Amino acid sequence: MSRQPPDRNVAPAVQRLRLRYAKRDRLRFASHRDFQRAFERALRRAEIPIAFSAGFSPHPKVSYANAAPTGAASEAEYLEIAVTAVCDPERVRAALDAALPPGLDVVEVVPARTPDFAERLQASCWRIELPGVTGEQAQSAVAALLAAPEVIVERLTKQGRRSFDARGAIDSLEVVPVPDADAECAILTAVVRHGTPTVRPDDVLAALRHVATLVPPAPPRVTRLAQGPHTPGERTVGDPFAADRS
Amino acid sequence: MTIAPVAASTAGASLFGRLEHLLPLVAKPIQYVGGELNATCKDWDAVRVRWALMYPDAYEVGAPNQGVQILYEVLNERPDALAERTYAVWPDLEALMRQHQVPQFTVDGHRSAREFDVLGLSFATELGYTNMLTALDLAGIPLAAVDRDLSHPIVVAGGHAAFNPEPIADFIDAAVLGDGEEAVGLITDLVADWKDRGRPGGREGLLLELAGTGSIYVPQFYQVHYLPDGRIQRIAPNRPEVPWRVRKHTLMDLDAWPYPKQPLVPMAETVHERMSVEIFRGCTRGCRFCQAGMITRPVRERSITGIAQMVDNGLRKTGYEEVGLLSLSSADHSEIADVARNLADRYEGTQTALSLPSTRVDAFNVDLANELSRNGRRSGLTFAPEGGSERIRRVINKLVSEEDLIRTVTTAYAAGWRQVKLYFMCGLPTESDEDVLQIATLAREVIKAGRAASGRRDIRCTVSIGGFVPKPHTPFQWAAQLDHEQTDARLMKLRDAIRADREYGKAIGLRYHDGKPGIVEGLLSRGDRRVGRVIEQAWRDGARFDGWSEYFSFDRWMLAAEAALAGTGVDVDWFTTRERDRVEVLPWDHLDSGLDAQWLWEDWQDALDEVAVDDCRWTPCFDCGVCDQMGTQIQVGPTGVVDLPFPATAPRASVLADS
Repeated sequence: MSRQPPDRNVAPAVQRLRLRYAKRDRLRFASHRDFQRAFERALRRAEIPIAFSAGFSPHPKVSYANAAPTGAASEAEYLEIAVTAVCDPERVRAALDAALPPGLDVVEVVPARTPDFAERLQASCWRIELPGVTGEQAQSAVAALLAAPEVIVERLTKQGRRSFDARGAIDSLEVVPVPDADAECAILTAVVRHGTPTVRPDDVLAALRHVATLVPPAPPRVTRLAQGPHTPGERTVGDPFAADRS
Repeated sequence: MTIAPVAASTAGASLFGRLEHLLPLVAKPIQYVGGELNATCKDWDAVRVRWALMYPDAYEVGAPNQGVQILYEVLNERPDALAERTYAVWPDLEALMRQHQVPQFTVDGHRSAREFDVLGLSFATELGYTNMLTALDLAGIPLAAVDRDLSHPIVVAGGHAAFNPEPIADFIDAAVLGDGEEAVGLITDLVADWKDRGRPGGREGLLLELAGTGSIYVPQFYQVHYLPDGRIQRIAPNRPEVPWRVRKHTLMDLDAWPYPKQPLVPMAETVHERMSVEIFRGCTRGCRFCQAGMITRPVRERSITGIAQMVDNGLRKTGYEEVGLLSLSSADHSEIADVARNLADRYEGTQTALSLPSTRVDAFNVDLANELSRNGRRSGLTFAPEGGSERIRRVINKLVSEEDLIRTVTTAYAAGWRQVKLYFMCGLPTESDEDVLQIATLAREVIKAGRAASGRRDIRCTVSIGGFVPKPHTPFQWAAQLDHEQTDARLMKLRDAIRADREYGKAIGLRYHDGKPGIVEGLLSRGDRRVGRVIEQAWRDGARFDGWSEYFSFDRWMLAAEAALAGTGVDVDWFTTRERDRVEVLPWDHLDSGLDAQWLWEDWQDALDEVAVDDCRWTPCFDCGVCDQMGTQIQVGPTGVVDLPFPATAPRASVLADS
């Protein structure tokens, strides 16, 4: 018997859809691989006419962009799918949202009208809650970090232990005013440019530890608030779907 | 460490807030958060009886377990009951839970396991015993059943290992033998009624009611008497109202029990990333080493229509892309050819894979595998001859000739399968080195025939071999287990024989495990109540996750056994490598699997005489005793249904754009 892939009639993709989804509450502990499995099962349950690759083991055509790390919640994760029939984006959103467990929520779906989507995800805006840290402690640590020209941090990557500068990618870092002054939980927001390796919230925390020995007594809670186009020096990121919506 | 009980007013409260800040510090935290698709979390105060169901291994092994999923659903369907699941936590989280006083929790409501009415544990293997002790301890439930009071759950063991629960008799309140679907209902009814009546007789009153059914075993109501030489003299009830023997549960008519109807879809990666449909229960092939085949008789088939409905429903509810058709020997279903053809037709072109974990050695099995892999890749097929020589296969009653095997693998290689996996056991009764060395010869013949049939040289044969552990309620329950030194020596000889084969050796892979874990499994399988002290000692010395080689320590178990069995006159060898005779009282003799003791003994003698016995599905009854004793009968097809009226593929109306 031949070892060539069987000749299948692979239905061509006729439309590409871009999804924004959120990873909330306890499902922030899902890894990206966990999410991929759940999403591909949701595609089947929702009967989305997803396009498949050809070959011995066909796989659904889904492109994932820039997933948030395990343990971080997110309001702004993105992916793109290819379908074999023209779909109504809002119906796809509702069907997939219903097919995913609560906590994995599909927020918006737009038809792809422009190329190079991944290149538009230039920076992320993170919210970092530091239980047990006062506003003053946070303020002085942030000031020390911003004053440093570079802060070398270490991280274990797939390629082994790597050292890199975490400071350069941080475009803004602020302490959010907390209404209750006695609350022992400082909140930071950070706008971090994507690069190689991408500086993640735990790298920002490592940098704070390095420059100001800021060690939160309890694990911080991290949420990605937005991802999108970014002008260096700005304190916000833009909407990556803007070009597809027009 | 014992964790202080929480105040009554907070019973059923979620512990998630206390657990959450520990999760960033442990590996794979997703396994502890619950919220799986199709999971259920009911209102604590709206029901009368609350079950915590534990599979005493890691979530990745426990979550796909069909038994737990079925009972979880059967219980949650009752308006007066709820069931939540709990699994063994890995040592990293265990340490943090102890440090932060977080008790053993369920993944559904994150409720403390100690607050439930019943804690049910499913033991597929004895190697989960130490994980049970961890869970009890983390929950704040005393390890010894006699130390528990009304505030603690009734701890009930089930699963195959519960057919000899004597080694854990001190730690459990009750054991259920056999199918759980109806048994959990019976227990729920009794607990509900007892609670409604104001808990008459206290904890003991409830246990007496359970024991009085004759089908729920309460070890503390049985006294074991020993002879001076260490053997058991007798096991007798110590209450007049408790029966001498406890019988197993048998569920009839599988079509009436199409569970799970809502299969769980874990977020975390598990050992079985597929949906399972049980196509029949029981097996009467009569393989003498196989405890599952002996204790789950008779055969009860799900009909072709019932199977198709479960596959269709399950795929819709889960989104899985693979369905496994499970049983002890799936190719033996009386309608399997039509099942395979119908399902292959129905799901052709849908990227849905069908698998039939069957290891039957015959050409029909290859035909089935061909049908199910119609559009897919033909990578590997597995067969289980179990014994290397025809002589040893007669001893174990696995009736496969070498000619059958060669013909079968030739068919497989000719049909495009590239790899054949062969399962064997080492240490079978009467086995010699020669029986095991014949595996090398067999594998060589397999490659030779495969190269000729396929015309290729890149085909492979993998030999997978494990140590045999004699199990209760089988004809080999009297047999001596081979010690680990001899097991290892035999495996090394096999390895050397395969390596020495210059022409075919490189095409043959060998997978084996050393014989030490088998000795601990043997101790726990055929042990009596004295082994409970060994389990507790090993656990206190750190034993956890004994089914995982990275956690298992043979030396820890042997040291624990030496300390705990000191002065009893018996030791590990006495429980494992010693042959028993007909008159010896076995620790599980008062537990009735339906098998007639005399029939089992004669089958053991037939094994020694190398005499085979047939399958009662296609030859007359040979009086194993089960159907008479249990009032059951074989339920097999064919039903006469050949073509299934599958529901037409639903149009994907909902997501398409209006054109």
